[in-house]
Amino acid sequence: MPNTEAASSGASPASAAVPRNKGALRVESLIVLAILVAVMAFASPYFFTVPNILNVVLATSTIGILALGATFVIGSAGIDLSVGSILAFAGVIGALVASTLGLPWWLAIPAAVLAGAFAGWINGLVITYGNVPAFVVTLGMMGVARGVALLITDGQAIYGLPAPLIWLGQGRPFGIPVPALVFIVVAIILHFVLSYTRFGRHTLIIGDNERGARAMGVPVRSLRIKIYILSGMMAGLAGLLTTARVNAGDPTAGMTFELSAITAAIIGGTNLFGGRATILGTVIGALIMGVLQNGLNLLAIPSFWQQISIGVVLVAAVWLDQFAKRGRE
Amino acid sequence: MLQINDIKKNFGPIEVLRGVTFSVDAGECIAVVGDNGAGKSTLMKIITGVYKASDGAVMLADKEITGTEPGEIRELGVEMIYQNLELASQQDVTANIFLGREPTMRFMGWDTGVIDFKSARTQAQEMIRQLGARLPSVDIQVGNLSGGQQQSVAIARALTFSPKVVIMDEPTAALAVREIQHVLDLIKELKSRGIAVILISHRLTDVFEVADRIVALRQGVVIADERTGETTMQDVVAHIVGAH
Repeated sequence: MPNTEAASSGASPASAAVPRNKGALRVESLIVLAILVAVMAFASPYFFTVPNILNVVLATSTIGILALGATFVIGSAGIDLSVGSILAFAGVIGALVASTLGLPWWLAIPAAVLAGAFAGWINGLVITYGNVPAFVVTLGMMGVARGVALLITDGQAIYGLPAPLIWLGQGRPFGIPVPALVFIVVAIILHFVLSYTRFGRHTLIIGDNERGARAMGVPVRSLRIKIYILSGMMAGLAGLLTTARVNAGDPTAGMTFELSAITAAIIGGTNLFGGRATILGTVIGALIMGVLQNGLNLLAIPSFWQQISIGVVLVAAVWLDQFAKRGRE
Repeated sequence: MLQINDIKKNFGPIEVLRGVTFSVDAGECIAVVGDNGAGKSTLMKIITGVYKASDGAVMLADKEITGTEPGEIRELGVEMIYQNLELASQQDVTANIFLGREPTMRFMGWDTGVIDFKSARTQAQEMIRQLGARLPSVDIQVGNLSGGQQQSVAIARALTFSPKVVIMDEPTAALAVREIQHVLDLIKELKSRGIAVILISHRLTDVFEVADRIVALRQGVVIADERTGETTMQDVVAHIVGAH
């Protein structure tokens, strides 16, 4: 083997001065969450109670599950604007299977998840083989999935769901809401997938340098399709839980949720331009939004302020990131 | 070792390669020279599978590899060090060295898809040590390294899996003098180990130091294929600019 340079030290143990790649979680988001929780706990005596904390996690779960998918999509330098509409589409399909068609209730679960996966697969196919930008494809799917949901329900919500299905949205085993449990379990699984598997590693690498990844033999197209399928599946799961929680397959559910999901991922430190993302960061990002919303509710601040505050938090998060980057360079 | 037979490539109506033929033996270094737009990079990307040839064949040890996917071509032992290195700057050194070939853990014979971080890190460290590259750590993000260090990572990636053919696209263009010598010594080392090297370079002094043969491309065709000892720098320049 070549050893062409005389007397060099080679790789030494990790030196303290260099930033390590592992745990690319931004501490900033954790600090923001801590400050937010402290402020809310100070402002409202009700905030730091077990029922309220469970409410926060329940309120976070829908956006959170969508944001888990968005973490992979944005980490791969893509974007998925269709998840809010896919949520409605899949939720309607789930309600249709369990209620209108009268099939066994549990079939609603694979039906909704597969409906979401199917929409995501179409997104992925058009993006990779059609060479159409993800922004355009998923914007189109946003319209199509919503339209199909409205079409098959004739614009009316589907009611009359079987009790076990409703339990998925409203049940509280050991006091913990089922959607919150699902969010936590899926987050743990996807954390493992993103941080420890080739699939997760390659997701971030095509977000970092797609051409290089292809030259090194990463199957970029099939990987991208899988990532959009994953995002669609998360939207399908969120749709099912939403349907179960409100006891209706509502074709107008999930409006603008894609923006909240993207916001949660970005606040959590996902690089908007791809290449860096952590599930833990996204969970924290989603919790920041949940706490903000919950706190403002407790303080009886009009909901219009919630929209304003979330918009400000998003821009502030990205601005802080740019600021920190400039500091490093 | 590697044979390129009458490769043609057109992008729409534009003919970039109009029938290129040459070969490289084991332990031999071929320099491919030519002006910008002569088709050098296109040809290399056809060899590595990034582009598909419009016509012609690439043979590796008498087996046709034309049309094979980039990952499979790497598996067969053809590696390329790109001019822009093609690293993932937000990933660490280990991740870049094993990019596309991450070692995974097996469970009862099944590939779990779970990366074996420990084995990758150990092997990456060993590779960096053997190369004599000066890196603070294999855990550092590649984007935080200097240009020369980043190139060491790209070289380590190309050499980790015992390649048969190594293609280098302008490996010395962005380097300091001391680092250039390092790369040239490395090419000699690869030759002595029986690896075929294709060097694309504008720096004719480098070419004359390490190449056994010089292939000059102009407007998509080979206009000269000469032994280094039997030609002069003036002749090569004349081939490149088309003064003959």
